[in-house]
This record gives sequence, structure tokens and C-alpha cells, in this order.
Amino acid sequence: MRSMLTLSASVIAVAAASAVSAGTVKYYGDFDPAPLAAMQEVIADFEAANPDIKVEFQNFDHEGYKTSIRNFLSADAPDLANWYAGNRMAPFVNSGQFMDVSDVWEEHGLKDSLASALPSMTIDGKQWGVPYTYYQWGIYFNKTAYEQVGAEVPETWEEFIANCAKFKEAGIDCVTTGTKALWPGAGIFDYLNMRTNGYEFHMDLANGKVEWTDDRVKATFDEWAKLVEPGYITQNHAALDWQDAAALLVQGKAANYVMGNFAVAVFKEGGLTDETLGFMPFPTINPDVPRAEEAPTDTVHIPSGASNVEDAKKFLAYLATPEAQTKINAAMGQLPINKDASVNEDDPFIKAGFELLSTTPGGIAQFFDRDAPAEMAKMGMEGFQEFMVKPERRDQILERLEKARTRIYK
Amino acid sequence: MSHASTESHTRSWWRENQQKLTPYIFLVPGVIFFLVYVIIPIFESFWLSAYSWDGLGEKEFIGMANYHELFDDEAFYTSLKNNVIWLVLYLLAIPAGLGIAIFLNQKIRGMRAYKSLFFFPFVISQVVVGLIFAWFYAPGFGLFSLIIEKITGSEIAILADERFATYGIIFAGLWPQIAYCMILYLTGLNAVDPEQIEAARLDAAKGFKMLWYIILPQLRPATFLAMVVTIIGALRSFDLVSIMTDGGPYGSTRVLSFYMYEQALSEYGYRMGYGASVAVILFLIMMVFITGFIWKMVGDERKGL
Repeated sequence: MRSMLTLSASVIAVAAASAVSAGTVKYYGDFDPAPLAAMQEVIADFEAANPDIKVEFQNFDHEGYKTSIRNFLSADAPDLANWYAGNRMAPFVNSGQFMDVSDVWEEHGLKDSLASALPSMTIDGKQWGVPYTYYQWGIYFNKTAYEQVGAEVPETWEEFIANCAKFKEAGIDCVTTGTKALWPGAGIFDYLNMRTNGYEFHMDLANGKVEWTDDRVKATFDEWAKLVEPGYITQNHAALDWQDAAALLVQGKAANYVMGNFAVAVFKEGGLTDETLGFMPFPTINPDVPRAEEAPTDTVHIPSGASNVEDAKKFLAYLATPEAQTKINAAMGQLPINKDASVNEDDPFIKAGFELLSTTPGGIAQFFDRDAPAEMAKMGMEGFQEFMVKPERRDQILERLEKARTRIYK
Repeated sequence: MSHASTESHTRSWWRENQQKLTPYIFLVPGVIFFLVYVIIPIFESFWLSAYSWDGLGEKEFIGMANYHELFDDEAFYTSLKNNVIWLVLYLLAIPAGLGIAIFLNQKIRGMRAYKSLFFFPFVISQVVVGLIFAWFYAPGFGLFSLIIEKITGSEIAILADERFATYGIIFAGLWPQIAYCMILYLTGLNAVDPEQIEAARLDAAKGFKMLWYIILPQLRPATFLAMVVTIIGALRSFDLVSIMTDGGPYGSTRVLSFYMYEQALSEYGYRMGYGASVAVILFLIMMVFITGFIWKMVGDERKGL
């Protein structure tokens, strides 16, 4: 209903906008309230710096946006639209719905200042949008649970598994997750695979260049089995949403949670503080592969049907500046991509994430459902969930995924 | 003068043909909507199922390839199997509805209030039913899972266990469906001829024999209607699956209509052609039943029932 209302509102806005002369930039996005306020400030700053340009912003709710974007890109395109990096933007790029903005990257030296996101914004050697925020993934843990069983924060996978035995004895779930919506399970897979086989292999797998039945994939699942088979993962994870699992961590019924930084707000609402909530990078499995991390990136694009391309490009350039990125990320509680932007030093999780990502030698992945094409992502995430319930079906699951791979990446 | 005569002429033409034309005029709006929203889309689905299309780019003609893939697709057979389970178990709503209807067909003070309580689940939205049952089954705090834990000592998450999830959803679906069948039978029971019952009593019929030989034959129209709505309801089950499990765990509770939606329209889908081919299969299955129903209805009309 809300999306219908916003949609009809946007139709009115569109009708109004088309009556206004050039110099107006239509921008469709999907922000939560806090980031929305920050984006509106960024827009106001931009308008102050460019008095002849007016940005008309239209907000959608997330779910409604994902459906609407397919319609409005082809039917009645705005000049700017929110979306995501990596393979998630590939369908729009390949069908010619997004405009090549490589010139903005060249002109403003973004290849240097936004270097960490360059690979995920590049398809066919061109850049198709401008990233403005990302956030780290890693393991969030309950420090009280660690103290209770006398476990040390682990650095390696063996130490981590050894800790799990202690937690199991104390009746605490070593790792919790809620896979009802499937995606949280993919975070565990991404890290296990990147730590076992490295970033390049992980990307090749997501891009369909490696067989799912490859021994290296099986090795990843073997590491995973070390968690699943002894029952170190929350039993009913398939019935839980990610917030339900967060509650288990807050209550001390679970010790570790492989999650994105957005979960910190939920942990803190539940009663954990900077003193009782810990963050660690995912432990090392194979010391020979360079450390890679996961950081989904949000982006802004210019649709091919945009009417005011020139001013839209000006806005993209502004959004890439350290000032704009600092401002919006402070409000979102996330990390700026521009290397000259600053982060909130008082937030230990933001600080840790910034250090983690800016020192990553291996590469930055977007998350399984953004790196792999949508259909593969869905089938893969179902397979991950199934594996965490029935680890004995490993080979069956991998054969099914392999069959899907040969079909999806023709 | 001439103006008046043409007017009287048109009026008389209208008068002459009024009787013949009126039914068609009344039919036109319905027919137009039926064509645009039902008939034409059916043919469009057939046509689309021969293409590979993501909803945005170029359509590519691939002939029967979607069907080849479908018949080699584990998820399709899971959905088909679940549809059969739905169909069989959903029919339980008919005897259950009949039982409740007979039980409620008494003259007691406040009976209307009881009837409306039994009818209540049919009035609330399927989404709400789904949510209520999802909480009922929820591990940790759900009433059902607490009871199971008390009895067996271990917790079972119905909706996260591939063995039980589909049955859990069907059970939730039966709740409103039984209420629906109950209402159909209650109205049917009003029309039962008291004289026949009286006559049967005189012939010493009672209990099950009375029900089987006297009451049920008179309830035949209600039974037919209950069959139709229950079978169609079972085949198009979608809301509950979507709300309660979203097809999970790992796709084990999918039904055809849900699989079609997932393939064609969900966040990870947009395979319009493939979704259309699932829709075509579902349509053909439904067609078997619908043809049967229409056959019977036409037959009954011929017999003058």
C-alpha cells in the first residue's frame, strides 16, 4: 500500500517536473528515515553550490522500489536512481537501461578516490554509476558468553572450532544465524569460501567460471561441516529471521554471528553495549590466501532514458566528494568509499570496519546475492540453507547447483 | 415533423428488439473484462512460455525449451507433489465442514453467535491466518511448539522442517476452508425438507442411515459447490505458502502457483517465459477439474435439476 501511495505521488511529481524547464534533476531512491534526512541535506548542499539546478527527490520503500525500478526505467525514467554494485546491476547494464558514466570517473579522478569500489562498478571496462556507501561484514560476538566459558577471541579457524566445543558444553550456540529469508546463510558461505580458496576463486565461482562440483568448493563445504555436523549452529535457523537470531546473541544463548554492520543497531537496541558486543574479522582458514572481505556497496546510476544527463552527472560527481560521503555515512552508520572521507572515531564498529576494509589485500566482495546473478544466488542460498540442515546431502546439493550453473551462464 | 418521425422510428426499433438485445448489453461489460483479464492472458501465457525473456530486454524464441527444462527440474516436481498433497488433504475440509454444520444446526439460544464464531476464520484475511499459525508453530515461544516440547521433550520447528512444513501450512489453510464449507452446508441444511425427515423417522431411519440416505442427497448442490471451491482453493494456494515459509526451507514447501511467481516475478526471478510455462502446466491441471465441473453442471441443467 505504501509503495502504491509513493508511486502515485511520484507520478504526480513526474507530471509536475515535466512542466518545469531544464535544470531539474529527478532522483528516485529507497532510503530509510535517517539516511533519507542525510541525503536530503546532501541534496540541499548540492543545490546551494549549483543554484541553477534543482533536485526533485522521490523516496520509495525498499521492497516497492525493487519492483518499481524495472517499470520506471523503461517507461518513465528519472535522471538518477539508486541501485547496487556488482552483478546486481548487470541486468540493467546489459539491457542498456543504465548509462555509461566513465567520463565522470575520469574527469573527477574517482578511479583513485573511490578505488576500493572500482572493480565492483566496472562492467566491460566501463563504470556505470557512483558508489556512496558500504559496510563491513564479519563476526559479531557476545563478550559475556566468551567470558562465561573462558574462551579467547580466535584468530584461526582451528581456534574458532575449538571454542565452539566449549560453547556447546555450556549449552550456547557457537554460531547463530536465521536463514528464513535465506541470505544470512550466504554470508557464512562467502567467508568460508574466500578464506579457503581466496577472492579470485570466489568471484570465478560467482561468475560461473568454476564448477560447483570442483574439489575446492567441496573443501569449503568440508570446513563448513566442522560447524554443522557437531551442531554448533543454532538448530532451528531455517525458522528464524535474522533479527530472531540477533536476539539469541543478545540474550547470550549464542556466541557468534556472521553479520553485516547494520546489525549493530539491533544488538544495541537489545541491550548490548560497546563493552559487551565484540567484532572480529572472520578467522583465517588457509594462511596462504590473502585476506578478502565482504562489503555490499550502494550506488546511484543515471538511467539511459534520463532527460537531464548533464546535471545528473554533476550530482554524481558531488556525491563522490569526501564531504558528501562523510555526511551521508555519518547518518547511515556506514562507511564512506572515498578514501579522503572521515568516519566517526567514537564508534568502535565503524572504526574497525574502516580499518578492516581499507587494509584488505585480497579484494572486496559484494555479497553472494549481488556477486552472482539473481537466479544462481537464489538456488545457491537455498543450497546453503539445506546444507546447514542436512550436511549429508552435500554432493546432491552441489550437483544441483552445477546443473543450474550450466544453464544460467550460457 | 420529420424529426419527430425518425425519433419514433428509432424508438419503435428499440422497442421491437429490446427483449433480444438487453441481455447482450448487460453481458458486454462482463465479457470485456473477462476477455481482457482472463481469456487473453491465458493465451498470452501459452505464447510467452515459448520465449526466454527477463521482462526487460529482447524476447528470444526458444520453442519447447522451457518445458524440456521444467520436466527436468527437481523444484517443479517438488511443487507438483506438494500440490497433490494439498489437493488430497484440503478435501478434508468438506466432511469437517459438514460435521460442524450438522452440529451447529440446532435451535439453541445464542446459536447465531456460535455460528459466527465458527465462521470467523473465513472472514479474516489469509495473510492474517498465515501469521497466526506461523506464531503458533514458532520455535521458542509458539504455543504448538511449547506443547510438543512438553510431550516429546524436544523442540520441533514445524515450518523449518521439510518433513512437516507443507502439512503445517495445509493445516492452517484448512481452518478457514472448513469454515467456508460449513457455511455452504448450513445454508444447504436450511433447505432440507422437514417432511422427508418426518417420513424417514416413521420408517425408523436414524443416525448414520438418516444422514447418508436422507440428508446428504438433499445436500448435493452444497457438496458440489464445496468440492469446487475446495479443489480450486487447493490448486491456487499461494498466500499461505508465501506468508508462512516463502517456499522454504530450501524450497520444500513450494506449490506450482508459488513457483510460477518465484520464477517470473520475485526478486531473484524474472524468467517470464519459464514462469509462464509453469502457469501453463497449472492451467492444464486446473482445466481437468474445471471441465469436469462444467460437464456436471451442464448435465444437471439438461436433466432439469
